[in-house]
Amino acid sequence: MTLFLQNKHLQLLALAIMLCFAPWLCMMAGGNYWVRVLDFALLYIFLALGLNIVVGFAGLLDLGYIAFYAVGAYCAGLLASPHLINSFAFIREAFPAGLHTSYLMILPLAALIAGLFGVLLGAPTLKLRGDYLAIVTLGFGEIIRIFLNNLDRPMNLTNGPKGINGVEAVSIMGTSLGKQIQFLGLSIPSVILNYYLFLVLVIGVVIICIRLQDSRIGRAWVAIREDEIAAKAMGINTRNLKLLAFAIGASFGGVSGALFASFQGFISPESFSLSESIVILAMVVLGGMGHIPGVIFGSLLLAVFPEFLRSTLVPLQTMLFGHVVIDAEVIRQFIYGCALILVIRFRPHGVWPKTRVV
Amino acid sequence: MTLLDISGVSKRFGGLQALQDAHLSVPAGSIVGLIGPNGAGKTSFFNVMTGLYPADSGTFILNGVPYNPSAVDQVLRAGIARTFQNIRLFKEMTVLENVMVGRHTRTQSGLFSTIFRTSFNRSEEKQVIADAMQLLAYVGIEKEAQQISKNLSYGSQRRLEIARALATEPLLLALDEPAAGMNQTEKKDLQLLLQKIRDDGTTILMIEHDVRLVMGLCSEITVLDEGRVIAQGPPESVRNNPAVIKAYLGVAHHE
Repeated sequence: MTLFLQNKHLQLLALAIMLCFAPWLCMMAGGNYWVRVLDFALLYIFLALGLNIVVGFAGLLDLGYIAFYAVGAYCAGLLASPHLINSFAFIREAFPAGLHTSYLMILPLAALIAGLFGVLLGAPTLKLRGDYLAIVTLGFGEIIRIFLNNLDRPMNLTNGPKGINGVEAVSIMGTSLGKQIQFLGLSIPSVILNYYLFLVLVIGVVIICIRLQDSRIGRAWVAIREDEIAAKAMGINTRNLKLLAFAIGASFGGVSGALFASFQGFISPESFSLSESIVILAMVVLGGMGHIPGVIFGSLLLAVFPEFLRSTLVPLQTMLFGHVVIDAEVIRQFIYGCALILVIRFRPHGVWPKTRVV
Repeated sequence: MTLLDISGVSKRFGGLQALQDAHLSVPAGSIVGLIGPNGAGKTSFFNVMTGLYPADSGTFILNGVPYNPSAVDQVLRAGIARTFQNIRLFKEMTVLENVMVGRHTRTQSGLFSTIFRTSFNRSEEKQVIADAMQLLAYVGIEKEAQQISKNLSYGSQRRLEIARALATEPLLLALDEPAAGMNQTEKKDLQLLLQKIRDDGTTILMIEHDVRLVMGLCSEITVLDEGRVIAQGPPESVRNNPAVIKAYLGVAHHE
């Protein structure tokens, strides 16, 4: 046991084995539903790590982060679904076989476009701080959602509130992750295939975040967060570094949005409401702002916990009272609120903050 | 040789003329003091000189080259590093990290080399840590390198701020009241440190209230009062200048 606690490689190996078998365990325990929950948890970790760069590292409070998720999702939605072909004749003529853009193209493109949107949001808000920045970013998030909701006229770009159907799943070397596949006599369902895809990408993002954190760029971000004037007095170009934080955070949001679209097969503006932005911010704050393991823990907690409540509260109430007294959703909101208040009161730096030698 | 030559600086805040035709010159390799009664405009002068406030007018020449104090980070890149009257450390960062931030303009690692952790990035990072440790040893707080900077004692925080400024390899180190709040022993140590920094080739300009410290350290002193320069010269001549005595003590009223 002491050997295990001391050996970092052994711990990593154990973690890797656990991550490999997690979806199978979930499936045995509760079927595909719980694997789906796990998939979404990974997407939320992806998002929260992106927001953590903006909020946790650079200290820029962003309440419209979900907009970048939406931008990424619509990138995939438009490029890998029949929607554009159906609504524009010239595209139909240009691509008679249908639009089947590879995700190898879509993911970088989603990162790039969302990153551009990040700069677009960052540029006019450079001089704003704290609450004021939060209000502007909140407005930005709503603008994007409302645009998506209304861009079905005069030409049908986003299909409005009806959303985009039939977004293709990611396929790797000709094998679609949207259907179950047979591998060595084992049939692997789509949700588990997507789990592995998301896992690989999340691990990549974690590595990028760790490397950024202990770097010249990461230190400059933290310096801006701690004292912007002193950071400038150290020769840091605060404008460029803030824009970089917005762009990188947004590009993470964009990639996870594209993954979301491919996984769901359907997107609509409804998925990108303000409350989603707040949930992701809550994951970052609850876990421990600026602390990567804390943020991952916070996202897991807030992604899995509501599902856990949903699946236990209804049977529990029927067992106790014979019928459902309070809707599970209401209880979830209540517990959520209480948890946030308790965390802010007793652990203002998050449940799992950065610990340092004192 | 004159390292810093500033003349004709004016700055107005609404109805208050904070600086009027102020001028200052700092010979290379010296320690120059900027003194004056409270509200004389010393810190305003510093803030204008380092780009924190835009100047209404003035010419600014550093090392023979005119510089434009329009942005704080550009002034730093031109070669003036400053500290602040109310210490402005990156409070939640460690002592070492504070100095490492000071190396920002002297290092190049960008996004690409950071994400792919190239060999250039790794060797530069090692070098930054080594440089920062060396600077901490130079100012005498290397034992506290891993502490959170806000937990340091007051004197050590001042030293850290100086180390952080030195990390940028400035031509001129501008200190805003470095001895404020220090006891006599700490002031003595600070005096030795500043002399060491000067002897190692960095010119110093400092605002200071402690007359003994200023007289002991500076080879030249500029006195500001109500935004104007009322005296300039070596400590002895400034001390006996009637205008300076008047500004500090006032004049007797004869009815």
